[in-house]
Amino acid sequence: MTLAQDASTDTDPVPEGHVRLTIDGRVIDAPKGELLIRTCERLGIIVPRFCDHPLLDPAGACRQCLVEVEMGGRPMPKPQASCTMTVADGMVVKTQHTSPVAEKAQAGVMELLLINHPLDCPICDKGGECPLQNQAMTSGRTDSRFTETKRTFPKPLPISSQVLLDRERCVLCQRCTRFSEEIAGDPFIELLERGAEQQVGVADDKPFQSYFSGNTIQICPVGALTSAAYRFRSRPFDLRSTPGVGEHDSGGGAIRVDTRRGTVLRRLAGNDPEVNEEWIDDRTRFAFRYLSSAGRITRPMVRGADGVLAETSWTDALAVAAQGLAAAKEGGIGVLAGGRLTVEDAYAYAKFARVAAGTNDVDFRARPHSAEELDFLAGHVVGQGPEVLSYTRLEAAPAVLCVALEPEEEAPLVFLRLHKAVRKHGQQVFHLGQWTTPAVERTSRGTGAASPAAKDNLIPAVPGAEAAVLAALPSHVVDALRGGGLGGGGVVLVGERAAEVPGLYSAVSALAARTGAVVGWVPRRAGDRGALEAGAVPTLLPGGRPVGDARARAEVEALWQLPSGSLPSLPGRGTAEILTAAADGELAALVVGGVDPYDLADPAAAITALREVGFLVSLEMHTSAVTELADVVLPVAPDAHRAGSYVNWEGRRRPFEPALDASGVLPDCRVLDTLAVEMDVDLFTQTPAAAAGELERLGARTGAAPAAPAVPAGEPRRPASPGQAVLATWRQLVDHASLSVDEPALAGTARPALVRVNAATAERLGLTEGAPATVRTARGMITLPVALTDLPDGVVWLPGNSGDSRVRALLGAGHGDLVEVTA
Amino acid sequence: MTDMLTPVLTRRWQSPRSWSIDTYEQLEGYQALRTALTAHPDQLIQLVKDSGLRGRGGAGFPTGMKWGFIPQGPDGPGAKPKYLVINADEGEPGTCKDIPTMMADPHSLIEGCIITSFAIRANFCAIYIRGEALHPIRRVRHAVDEAYAKGYLGKDILGSGFDLDIVVHAGAGAYICGEETALLDSLEGRRGQPRLKPPFPATSGLYASPTVVNNVETIASVPAIVQGGSEWFRSMGTEKSPGPKIYSVSGHVERPGQYEAPLGITLRQLLELAGGMKGGIPLKFWTPGGSSTPLFTAEHLDVPLDFEGAAAAGSMLGTTAVQVFNETVSVPWAVMKWTEFYKHESCGKCTPCREGTYWLVQILERMVAGEGTPSDVETMLDICDNILGRSFCALGDGATSPITSAIKYFRQEFLDLCAAQPVAAPEPAGAMA
Repeated sequence: MTLAQDASTDTDPVPEGHVRLTIDGRVIDAPKGELLIRTCERLGIIVPRFCDHPLLDPAGACRQCLVEVEMGGRPMPKPQASCTMTVADGMVVKTQHTSPVAEKAQAGVMELLLINHPLDCPICDKGGECPLQNQAMTSGRTDSRFTETKRTFPKPLPISSQVLLDRERCVLCQRCTRFSEEIAGDPFIELLERGAEQQVGVADDKPFQSYFSGNTIQICPVGALTSAAYRFRSRPFDLRSTPGVGEHDSGGGAIRVDTRRGTVLRRLAGNDPEVNEEWIDDRTRFAFRYLSSAGRITRPMVRGADGVLAETSWTDALAVAAQGLAAAKEGGIGVLAGGRLTVEDAYAYAKFARVAAGTNDVDFRARPHSAEELDFLAGHVVGQGPEVLSYTRLEAAPAVLCVALEPEEEAPLVFLRLHKAVRKHGQQVFHLGQWTTPAVERTSRGTGAASPAAKDNLIPAVPGAEAAVLAALPSHVVDALRGGGLGGGGVVLVGERAAEVPGLYSAVSALAARTGAVVGWVPRRAGDRGALEAGAVPTLLPGGRPVGDARARAEVEALWQLPSGSLPSLPGRGTAEILTAAADGELAALVVGGVDPYDLADPAAAITALREVGFLVSLEMHTSAVTELADVVLPVAPDAHRAGSYVNWEGRRRPFEPALDASGVLPDCRVLDTLAVEMDVDLFTQTPAAAAGELERLGARTGAAPAAPAVPAGEPRRPASPGQAVLATWRQLVDHASLSVDEPALAGTARPALVRVNAATAERLGLTEGAPATVRTARGMITLPVALTDLPDGVVWLPGNSGDSRVRALLGAGHGDLVEVTA
Repeated sequence: MTDMLTPVLTRRWQSPRSWSIDTYEQLEGYQALRTALTAHPDQLIQLVKDSGLRGRGGAGFPTGMKWGFIPQGPDGPGAKPKYLVINADEGEPGTCKDIPTMMADPHSLIEGCIITSFAIRANFCAIYIRGEALHPIRRVRHAVDEAYAKGYLGKDILGSGFDLDIVVHAGAGAYICGEETALLDSLEGRRGQPRLKPPFPATSGLYASPTVVNNVETIASVPAIVQGGSEWFRSMGTEKSPGPKIYSVSGHVERPGQYEAPLGITLRQLLELAGGMKGGIPLKFWTPGGSSTPLFTAEHLDVPLDFEGAAAAGSMLGTTAVQVFNETVSVPWAVMKWTEFYKHESCGKCTPCREGTYWLVQILERMVAGEGTPSDVETMLDICDNILGRSFCALGDGATSPITSAIKYFRQEFLDLCAAQPVAAPEPAGAMA
């Protein structure tokens, strides 16, 4: 984008790829193809508009942005829509500032827009931040000549549990329907009827169940689409806005947090062209009432001699915790950091483990994991920043392969980029997965009304066989990933589920070596990537330094001002092994951050370990299964009350400041720092800024990246009896996640929990579409309605934590395990 | 008197079972196709250019030039499939030429489609017929079946190696789908609303491929041009508007009907053909080409009805739907009925047409009910000014024509309706209500 700059004289040469035109008497050079309305913006001339949106295709529907245009010395006979006309050399443009024709055309359209508008600004959520209201002031008449009858509709119409439609306020700019079609790719909403009766609507049996529906509320230029959760809660001018970062996933989306009198009332998408453009998913937008949910822990608690947790002072709680940990140090302390930490907090956990607990038994992975994963992360991911793989680079890639990653469910911003790349650049997106999910369908180049429904971009694999399938990819996929020899080849995105498939990370590594494709690791949680960088891992110190590398340890010891050789040199244990050790008495105490045992591979074993371990310190926002067993519970601050930063999947640091008063609540890094002081150790992580500063000074490792893993491809499990099937499972975006509590409007847009099998498997197992089926293990069972889906034979799919399907908690099984299925 | 008629498109209409392929073949049908298939496609485009044939759907765009815009060649845009789409969504009030053409002589349209497809190198042609016109849909479908059975359609037509399939598509009853890009969206199964131009259909039409969209009457003229040659075609009509044209005379005349005459005929001559004004009641006003063309009065009896003549007199040739109204008809009432049509048919995409027609109808209905004021006339003119040239497609412009032209010629009639009303303007209901 060229900056706004008046060309000084007409004699300067026009830069390559530009044209020179005159707007309101000012000469300006504009890149070819630029829309007139943007060129005007660069000159500081704001032409009123409704349907125009810089990230949507031009529509020319509202006709508010009419200007007078002269081409080749001849005035065009009609005023032109500046949102659809591109600049041309020698064009002379007169906006409302210099053309009475443009001014009258704009005033005329504004008067027409208002004749059927209810003019109910005083009771409208949009009032005060409404483009219609604002532009009616600048371009409208002071009074209306319309004395006839206005068109009315019943209102509001809930088009989903979280989006309400007021058709009377709608100016039919089509931003919402175009967003759904062009950006989200799931047009649940469409225009219905015609003329003045035209309206936005949904099909009878299909509400607006999009994960991105909240964006339509934000881009609606009037108050036609409002949020059920925010409706009538505030006036925009009473809100205090703070930039923030999405904490629900690893996308790092920029958000705006709007608060009033100490309460977060709503969140909006921030504008970061490099990351989330202007879009966020609905969970990031709507799920924030965990801040005030009943389960919030606000006071420290200590378990008394009577075995009951009781609130106490920070001083007391920290002393008890420090005493217990100091006593346990001899017997060994394990640190489970959890995946929702800021990078500063994760650094504090990493340092606490090494310095206060004297161990490498620290792991952020609150989910199934593997040693192969650690090797992969050390070899491919840690230290890699957006200069290697960013959203922009991802969008530009000719081909992308998603492995063990369901982008729309796990990383919605990644999904939006893929969808954009497919639509705008014809990117080929392949998915190594189990069925043609909505995301697979919408990232197919065959998407569109005119194309057959059959998609060709799913590379199906039985759970457990993914590594073998990856090793023998169809040649057209391999060729696409090579990128045809052009600079900037393909991209392979791998999700955290790969840890559940032996050999899969190794196969990804081998594929990257074979094709030159760039590898991106897209974890589900916001804190995973930062925790990796911060060294909250058993094999790596901060900056990706291997714990077994004496030089790397020495670097860290120097900065931490520790005696040489004081850092433990033996690699630590992963989450599951730490818990096993705790259960076996090999560890005397555990420090547990935001870990939900039901997210782990074996929840029952984890709970046993937490119960058996001698001393358990929990740092948490909300009560959980850990709280019930903890000896000391230390409340930690949610993002709204603190500063910090996440490292998103790109490796990009995403800092944020507190949106609400930060007094009275402490971030993890501060709690750990104080706890360490009580244990006579200094962490120097009193504030997130201090922690970030130290991590920054440590920098990245200097040596070569460790070798990538080379674990042989595993074999999928074979059903031992006809009633068995291989389980495929992953989490859906809107589910029972602990940070999505108390959001009934959001929960109403969750995808239904269904058990999925293909038709042949259903027949063999005696299942009927729509009828209930039961999936069973020795631990328990889940009963859900059946949906016939294009899964491989003998595979059954369940959502990880939706509706009645809490796979880990109820079945104790995971992706690739064998389950019994009956009608 | 009948020597004013030039039956070219209508010449078979009175033959027994004129719509059957047997009758058509007996009356030189499909001879032009045989000639055309021996020519080079570019020669056919040149022939139509030379003939001066202009689009009969209302805008009068030179047909040969339109065909020439279709990119050809093995690479780039020319490599895409090309399509011919026939606009048979005849819906303009008063217009009734395409439906009788398809009823009486569907094979002339089909033969024209084949020749045109051959010329623009299309292997697929869609005929988009207005959904309410059920009988013509059945008739054209049957005629297409007949043409397939005789080898005029399908693979290797008449041994030429040229393949063509024709699909007859029934619209769903929307006036807007007569706008060519809305028609294309509708044909693709989408909501019928006009597309942003550019890109134009010639480069990105049906399924984003090069597409010619032509009116029924235009394409039905093509076989005659191939048979008769461009000189013969130019022997009729005027220099800039050559050829014959079907004038659909309706309203208060003795013999309403289709009169095929050279372009440039006047209403005075058409009235002679139609037996004069019904019952001798004098002419009051008339439309030269449907309700979207500004209306004329008795002073325009001698305006030559070709593209240039109608425009010079302040109207448009349109679809040559000549609606004749005698002195018994109230102009505001007629304008109100037309405006009700436009309000009903506005697609809703753009603000001026959607909201403007909604407003205008209410003012007109109020005036006709005797509750108007003189300021309403000025308001209507201003609303029309805010619609004309501000709307997305030409439908909005067309909606203003009857009102502005009616006020131009019959302002007093509108004012007379306000006689019962006090002079003061109506009180606004609120500051911005």
